[in-house]
Amino acid sequence: MAIAPGSRTIAAQATERPELAALSDDGLRVALSRMHLIRKFEETAEASYMRGLIHGTMHLSIGQEASAVGATLELARDDYILSTHRGHGHCIAKGADPARMFAEFFGKENGYCRGRGGSMHIADIEGGNLGANGIVAGGLPIAVGVGMSIKAQKQHRVCMVFFGDGAANEGAFHESLNMASIWRLPIVFVCENNKYGMSMDIARAMAVANVADRAPAYAMPGVTVDGNDLPVVVAAARPAIERARQGGGPTLLECKTYRLRGHSKSDRNLYRSKEEIEAWREKDAIRRLESELIAHGRFDEGELLAIEQAAQKTIDDALEFAKASPNPDPAQLTRDVYAD
Amino acid sequence: MPTELVVPEAGTRELSYAEAIREGLAQAMQADERVFLFGEDVGVYGGAFGVSGDLFHKFGPERVIDTPISELGIAGAAVGAAITGMKPVLELQFSDFVTLAMEQIVNQAAKIHFMFGGKATVPMVVRLPGGSGTGAAAQHSQSLEAWFAHVPGLKVVQPSTPHDAKGLLLAAIDDPNPVLIFEHKLLYKTKGPVPEEPYRVPIGKAAVRRAGRDLTIVGSSIMAIRAVAAAARLAGENIDAEVIDLRSLRPIDLTTIAASVRKTHRLLIVYEGVKIMGIGAEISAMIAESDAFDFLDAPIARLGGADVPLPYNPVLEKAAVPQEDDIVAAARRLVREGRA
Repeated sequence: MAIAPGSRTIAAQATERPELAALSDDGLRVALSRMHLIRKFEETAEASYMRGLIHGTMHLSIGQEASAVGATLELARDDYILSTHRGHGHCIAKGADPARMFAEFFGKENGYCRGRGGSMHIADIEGGNLGANGIVAGGLPIAVGVGMSIKAQKQHRVCMVFFGDGAANEGAFHESLNMASIWRLPIVFVCENNKYGMSMDIARAMAVANVADRAPAYAMPGVTVDGNDLPVVVAAARPAIERARQGGGPTLLECKTYRLRGHSKSDRNLYRSKEEIEAWREKDAIRRLESELIAHGRFDEGELLAIEQAAQKTIDDALEFAKASPNPDPAQLTRDVYAD
Repeated sequence: MPTELVVPEAGTRELSYAEAIREGLAQAMQADERVFLFGEDVGVYGGAFGVSGDLFHKFGPERVIDTPISELGIAGAAVGAAITGMKPVLELQFSDFVTLAMEQIVNQAAKIHFMFGGKATVPMVVRLPGGSGTGAAAQHSQSLEAWFAHVPGLKVVQPSTPHDAKGLLLAAIDDPNPVLIFEHKLLYKTKGPVPEEPYRVPIGKAAVRRAGRDLTIVGSSIMAIRAVAAAARLAGENIDAEVIDLRSLRPIDLTTIAASVRKTHRLLIVYEGVKIMGIGAEISAMIAESDAFDFLDAPIARLGGADVPLPYNPVLEKAAVPQEDDIVAAARRLVREGRA
C-alpha cells in the first residue's frame, strides 16, 4: 500500500521497534543524509571513473552504508575513526566534506591529502578520521596506539576502527584485540563483514560462523548484527561506544552486510551469483529505512525526497569543485616526505 | 632547545652505551610527559639487554610499558600513539624481529605524513639492537639497517659511542618523523665520556673520528669503532687513514664523505650488513656520481658482511663480518696496491 504524504497520523499508530524509537527525527535525518551522500558520492565516483575522469582504482561500499553511518552516528566530532580501503563511507559518516574528498579522488591539490593519497588514503585529521588504509588490517594496530594515547592523555575520546571480514584473519587482528583488551583501551572494533575477502567467501576463510564469535578469546563483548539495518547498528554501537568511553574497554561489533559492487574495478563477479547480488539488493539499507520511517509516520515522502535531493546537490557541487581544482605542481613532488 | 643543539664538552664522566641510552630516555621522559617507552620485557626485567634497567621503577608501569610478544601490533601502536599526540619510544627486543613489524613501519609510519598531504606527523622512535658477535646465530644477529634506509619517510641512525647513543636518541625523540635507531649489541657495555645534561647529536651529520691523508674509511656503529682501531695500527705502517663515522644512514652525510675523498683520493666503505645491495653500494654510487669521483686514485672498495646467514660457530661468525684485521688489510692494499 502506497502511503501518501501527510498520512503521518494513520501510520504512526504502528508501534516502532525500540531500536528505531531510540532515534530522534534529527538523528534520523542526519543518518539518512549521510547514507545518501555516501551512495551518491560512490555512484558519481564510479561514473567519473567510467568517463576516464579518475584514474587508478576504487573500492566501493555501495550497499554497506548503514554500517558506516550507524556505527559512527553517536560518535562525537573529536572521537577518532580508522578506516579501510573501502573507506569513503566512513569518511563521509564522520562528517568529512565530500568536495575535498572528490578533489582527493581527482588527485587535486585541495583534496584532503593534496592529491598524494587518493581514494585509498583519504584522511580527515581535523574531523577525527585518522585515515583510510590500503593494507588489510593496517588500521587495527594503529587503533591500539590511539587507545593508549587517549588513555595516557586522560581524554574521554573513543577510537572506532573499521575493518573487513578479510582483516579478521590477519595476525594484526589477534595482536590488536588482545592488547586492547589487556589494557582496557577505549576502542570499538567494527567488522564490516561483507561476506567476501575479494573473492574468498568468509565461510571458506574462517572456521567460525561469525567474526564476533572470536570475541570471547579476548574477553570482550562480541555482537553480530544486521549491518543493513541502520537502527540496529546504532543500537549495537551505542553501548560499545559508552563502554569504551567509560573505561570499560573494547567491544567487537560485527555488521553483516554486502558490497553490491565488485571488490574493485577489476572484479568480474566470477565468485558469486547474480541471484545472490539481487537478494542483497532487496535488503538495501536506505530504502528499507525510508519505508519504515514512512510506515511509522516519522517522515513523509516529500521530506525524504528533500533529504535525498539535498545530498545529490552536495555531491554535484562536490564534483564540480573537484573538477575545477588545481593539480599539484610536479616541482613539489618530494614535499612532505618528511615533517620539519 | 637551540642551545642544546650545541653539543657540550664531553667531560670526564664515563657511561656505558646502554647507560647513556637509559639516561637519555630518563631525561626525555622527565622533560616531556608525552614520551613513553614500551616493548617486550622493558619493565621489571629491565630490557633484554638491560637498557631500560630501573626506568620502570622510576616512571611506573604507565610510562614504561611491558607488551605482549606482538611486534606488528606494538609497531602499529607506536604509529597510533604518535599520530595522536604522544612520543612513543618502542624497543624491539632484537632488530631481527623488525621483520614481524615491517608492515607498520614501512607501509604506515613511513608514509602517513606524505600520504595524508602533510596533515599528520609520526614522531615515533624505534630502538633496535642489531649486529652479530654474540653467538645468537642467524635469526638474532642480522644488520638490516639498509632495508630501512631504502624507505622514503624513515630516518635511520646507528650510534657507535655512548655519547652519540644518548645524543642521537634525544634528537630522534625530538624529531617529528619516525626514526629507527640501530644499536649494536656488542657496544652496550663499551664505555665513553657522556655529558650529564641533555644534548642532541644532529641526525644526518657524520663525524670525522680521525683526520688522515691517505685514504678515507667510512663506517658506522661498531664498524666505525673497528675502523678507528684499524687506523691506529695503519699509522704504524705510515698509512694515514681518515675515519668517518656516519652516525646516520638516512639522511646520509654525503658532503662529509665527498670532502674527505677529495682530500684522500681513496675510499674504503666498511659495514656489517650483507655486502651486496647494501650501504656500501649506495655510498659508492653517490661518490661515483659526484665530483669527488674525479679525485679518486683507486677504485672504491667495500668491506661488508659475507653473503650468508649469520652462522653460529664463533669462528665462522667472526669470518662473516669485517673485523679490525680485515680493515687493516684492505686499507693497506688500497693504499699500497691501488685496489683492495
